[in-house]
Amino acid sequence: MTVEAKEKIPEEHSQAVNELLSIYKGNPGALIPILQKVQDIVGYLPKDAMIRIADALNTSLSKVYGVATFYSQFHIKPRGQHIVRVCQGTACHVLGASEVMDRFKEHLNTSPGETTEDGKFTLESVACIGACGLAPVITIDDKTHGKLSPDRVEELLQYYTGGASDPLGETTRIQ
Amino acid sequence: MVEKILICGGTGCISAGSREIKEKIEAVVNEKQLPYQVLFTGCRGFCEKGPLVSIEPEGWFYCSVKPDNVDELVGTLQNGQVYESLLYKDPNTKERAVTEKDIAFYKKQKRQVLRNCGHIDPENIEEYLAGGGYQALAKVLSMDRHKVIEEMKKSGLRGRGGGGFPTGIKWQITANTPQKFKYIICNADEGDPGAFMDRSILEGDPHAVLEGMLIAAYTVGAELGYIYVRAEYPLAVRRVEIAIEQARKNGYLGRDILGSAFNFDIMIKEGAGAFVCGEETALIESIEGNRGMPRPRPPFPATGGLWDKPTNINNVETLANVPIIFRMGTEEYSKIGTKTSKGTKVFALTGKVKNTGLVEVPMGITMKEIIFDIGGGIRGNKAFKAVQIGGPSGGCLPESQLNLPIDYDSLLEAGAMMGSGGLVVMDERTCMVEVSRFFLNFSQTESCGKCTPCREGCTRMLEILERIVDGKGAPEDLELLESLSRSIKDASLCGLGQSAPNPVLSTLRYFRGEYLAHIEQKYCPAGVCKNLVRFEVIPEECKGCGICAKFCPVQAIKGERKKPYEIDPEICSKCGICYEKCPVKAITRGARKEAAIVQ
Repeated sequence: MTVEAKEKIPEEHSQAVNELLSIYKGNPGALIPILQKVQDIVGYLPKDAMIRIADALNTSLSKVYGVATFYSQFHIKPRGQHIVRVCQGTACHVLGASEVMDRFKEHLNTSPGETTEDGKFTLESVACIGACGLAPVITIDDKTHGKLSPDRVEELLQYYTGGASDPLGETTRIQ
Repeated sequence: MVEKILICGGTGCISAGSREIKEKIEAVVNEKQLPYQVLFTGCRGFCEKGPLVSIEPEGWFYCSVKPDNVDELVGTLQNGQVYESLLYKDPNTKERAVTEKDIAFYKKQKRQVLRNCGHIDPENIEEYLAGGGYQALAKVLSMDRHKVIEEMKKSGLRGRGGGGFPTGIKWQITANTPQKFKYIICNADEGDPGAFMDRSILEGDPHAVLEGMLIAAYTVGAELGYIYVRAEYPLAVRRVEIAIEQARKNGYLGRDILGSAFNFDIMIKEGAGAFVCGEETALIESIEGNRGMPRPRPPFPATGGLWDKPTNINNVETLANVPIIFRMGTEEYSKIGTKTSKGTKVFALTGKVKNTGLVEVPMGITMKEIIFDIGGGIRGNKAFKAVQIGGPSGGCLPESQLNLPIDYDSLLEAGAMMGSGGLVVMDERTCMVEVSRFFLNFSQTESCGKCTPCREGCTRMLEILERIVDGKGAPEDLELLESLSRSIKDASLCGLGQSAPNPVLSTLRYFRGEYLAHIEQKYCPAGVCKNLVRFEVIPEECKGCGICAKFCPVQAIKGERKKPYEIDPEICSKCGICYEKCPVKAITRGARKEAAIVQ
């Protein structure tokens, strides 16, 4: 099977993936944990990684691909430097999450599930992050920003591109 | 007694900056070498007012603590004084509440499952043990298994994950299956948008869940258990890992537990993000490493579950109830609640209510008490419109149902369901048609695609709803929605499909007029559906202050001071900010002009 360059595991991660696979060799029940760990190492699941996983578990590529595309946690395309996840849960929805999402789409010029051209941000929607008390909520990487309004979006993004001070304290205190 | 400073480490408070508060308090206490114990606890429920800090044993309860308050907070404590300005101020009486008990939010609650949440360090087993932890297990290990099942049945505990199946009977079926190797699974795949009680229990009191699993395992005869938890809950995963490690070290997990010849161990499986995996058989598929698609039943998990072995699956909150039952005794336990629903229920109270957070109430309490007494009523003094209960499987209840005593059966009768316990409050600015579109969109996206009624049916229903909110609905659409709903409910393979039409059916039942307004008058009464609203300035009422123009995010409002302003409908993004900001209410949120003519 031919694998294009962008579908290859980057050289620096190749060995770590092989080591991981040698631990789980022949254990098909471990497919989901393996996909999670490989994604932790590489950042996403390139085709080459899925082929190697299928080989190691002695299963088909279609099975690996089927599982990888079933769960929202897995990504088969490279992702941005920062991951913006806009919560679309019920509580966030009734408090204006879609306006917040619209503003992100506008500023990042991209749509949910996609990455900006410069590779800085990946925009995603998430069903619920369980911080409904702070709705509407987003997470950027591992930080949660609550009680958002559309007009704070620009400032937040500026912080992550290095142009503004940490907005966390204030953002979360807006009543 | 050692003075304790407890900082809430629930996800809500952490998002509001409680980790910084904790670090700063620790730094001050260390620097001054004070004899205080600083604890980072689980969720206290009052997320609205986070970060929360409390002082034990006095019980002083501080809200919205900022890093700048830390020096004074510690200073006042040294002097034995209360830090007055951080106490909760009742918005109605303007009085300050010194302890948790004095706050209206907590008064009507019965925090039984959540008793430890916010009061102990969840990463320290000693704290759980000090509160009587693992004593229920010790008691059960000396009991006959059949007796345990009898007690569970007597307690009246029903599954807290949604369905409400009697837990004792579930255990009995698995226990009676003759095969030797059995599994226990704790379902912590809390995927309902608007629910976070399982997360808070796992984060705040993980040992209670482990103890519940141990009791279940002993009773049904299982030696291995899994906790299937969402990977989106990293803090919960970490705290459960720590708890399992400590339980092993202390002899509560492993071989020959408490000298009883009973062996049991627990592993964690992280879910990978699929709502359908909350369904038992889909969850099992997922643990086995497959796409999380439900299996046809029979066999039921109790006879042929994980790796074809008998498997007992309970939800987090259900399991957290188990140790309480054996500590209190079934008789005491079953005194709480209604005839058919015993005990308490934890709800995640969110949406347009003043006090959002996690509340635990006795079954049988009314929705009105939860929303108005505990929740403090509707935000911004708007009018209550509906409360959504049970997430995408549940329904929306209108004002006429507010006095309904909440239990499994009354909710089903009213067209909703307990679900996992999300309560999302909606006000006059929430469009019920748009809300049902939202839920259908969720169910349609999360449908695994295995069975046709759910896969195709939800898609068609969503198309109809999208049409209606776009102003392209036809009068026959409502009947079509109802007949599709019936087919999907009857023919779908699993609970996701069987309950997916509920949000639509319940809104059609209670808010039919709103659907008709969208279809016949092309008008969205709540002013939410963008194609069906138009904002206009009433020239006679406008004072020409220019506030609307200043706040308009898209510069659609033009005009001169002291003269009536005008909104350009071509530029207007229909966000409604001008409508909210106008000090003299001179902006209308009406139907489209052409629609108004039809009217």
